[in-house]
Amino acid sequence: MLTLNHVARRFANGVEALHDVSLSLDAGDFVALLGPSGCGKSTLLRLIAGLDAPDGGQLVWRDGVPAPGALGFVFQDATLLPWATAAENVFLPLRLRGIGWADAGAKVTAALAQVGLGGFADARPHQLSGGMRMRVSIARALVSRPRVLLMDEPFAALDEFTRHKLQEDLLALWRELGCTIIFVTHSLYEAAFLARRIVLMSPRPGRIVQDIASEVRSGAAARLDPAYAALVAQITGHLRAVA
Amino acid sequence: MTAQTRLAPVLFFVLMLLVWEGLVRLTNVPAYLVPGPWAIGQAFLQAPSVLLGSLASTLLVTFVALIVSALVGVALAVAMVASKWARAAIQPWAVVLQVTPIVAIAPLIIVWVGDPFAALVVCAVIVAFFPIFSNTAIGLGAAPADLLDLFRLNGAGTWDTIRLLRLPAALPYFLAGLRVSGGLSLVGAVVAEFVAGSGGVASGLAYRILEAGYRLQIPRMFAALVLLSLAGLAINAALAGLARLLLARYGDTTPR
Repeated sequence: MLTLNHVARRFANGVEALHDVSLSLDAGDFVALLGPSGCGKSTLLRLIAGLDAPDGGQLVWRDGVPAPGALGFVFQDATLLPWATAAENVFLPLRLRGIGWADAGAKVTAALAQVGLGGFADARPHQLSGGMRMRVSIARALVSRPRVLLMDEPFAALDEFTRHKLQEDLLALWRELGCTIIFVTHSLYEAAFLARRIVLMSPRPGRIVQDIASEVRSGAAARLDPAYAALVAQITGHLRAVA
Repeated sequence: MTAQTRLAPVLFFVLMLLVWEGLVRLTNVPAYLVPGPWAIGQAFLQAPSVLLGSLASTLLVTFVALIVSALVGVALAVAMVASKWARAAIQPWAVVLQVTPIVAIAPLIIVWVGDPFAALVVCAVIVAFFPIFSNTAIGLGAAPADLLDLFRLNGAGTWDTIRLLRLPAALPYFLAGLRVSGGLSLVGAVVAEFVAGSGGVASGLAYRILEAGYRLQIPRMFAALVLLSLAGLAINAALAGLARLLLARYGDTTPR
């Protein structure tokens, strides 16, 4: 689906955010970009989104660069419009692309239902909990029916209980929708639970150090699966190379 | 606020009036030097329609100036965020206007503009527009970077980004600026009236203050000042109420 060839990115202040990153991503996969702060994983995600351009190498999309709407992006914070209702927030991407409420209404309602917020269309962000705000944010990304969903540490600011529930619901959505998910995280437990493939990155300069395929059966029960524990142990073994 | 804390400033005010009146009577200060509250009240009641008419005249200038300030301030701030050229062109001139002492140029403006009402409004706008302008400009620039990225990802143009993101994000900042400008607008109107009043054109409260001063009607002068203060308090409270009303749906994520 997408191939990165020797991608490099150096910021104006001289920091080498990415150094010679080559990676091939398959359609329908769930990939975790895992690494400590400053390893360039968010930069890599912004390059894939087209929000930033590489200084070296190239990104090659097999079916051409995605049109607006074919890419969904979920940020670390919910980043909702505080003055707008949940439904208006989910409607926003469609509205920006010139789609009227008459055509979008059903899609907005469906997206809110998909993330379990069917009854909260008229709630404003300050009336919702942190987890619910993140669900609205995910619905806003899903409403365009994106081929690729890019997520930048979306659950990092949530409490453990909320995070587990959202992780399980995200997996269910991924199986239901069949889109590709590229998920940036600094939690190896999160990566091991969610992803089919884990790309481990290391900082200064940001580069890929391991590419691990997961054999864990996905689902809520996976946290107790010996394969999950083994995968966590395997990643832990590689951490020395990262730090 | 409990009923007690609400009552406290009123009680304090009444106490201060009593102390003031008592001191004036004890020391036998003549009313043309320091009038007591009683004499000031009497002076107001002697000719309430004259003072209230002048207050209405000053308030009309104040409100028109505040509305013009809001329109000009927001328009310039939007132009600055929409175009780098406009930003470079506008910013220094806005600061020049802000630091220009209005007393120094008011006589010129009154001569240039001709129409007395319009001249007063222009002077008041020069004093009042800067807080609205600078606050709105800051608010327009304070839209979260992630939301700006989201707008970019969906192919939003400059105008859509301003209309759907930057302007609503700037509303709390604009309203904070409006509250400051409300008071300044009144000050600007009165200062302009002072300058115009000495030429004998206007009928606002400043003119009454000058007139009473010339005639040594000091209690009446104080009555006019008290009306000005009350008008300032009312404008401030009204703009605070407007902000509460408009920002209710923003939740508690607003500045100030």
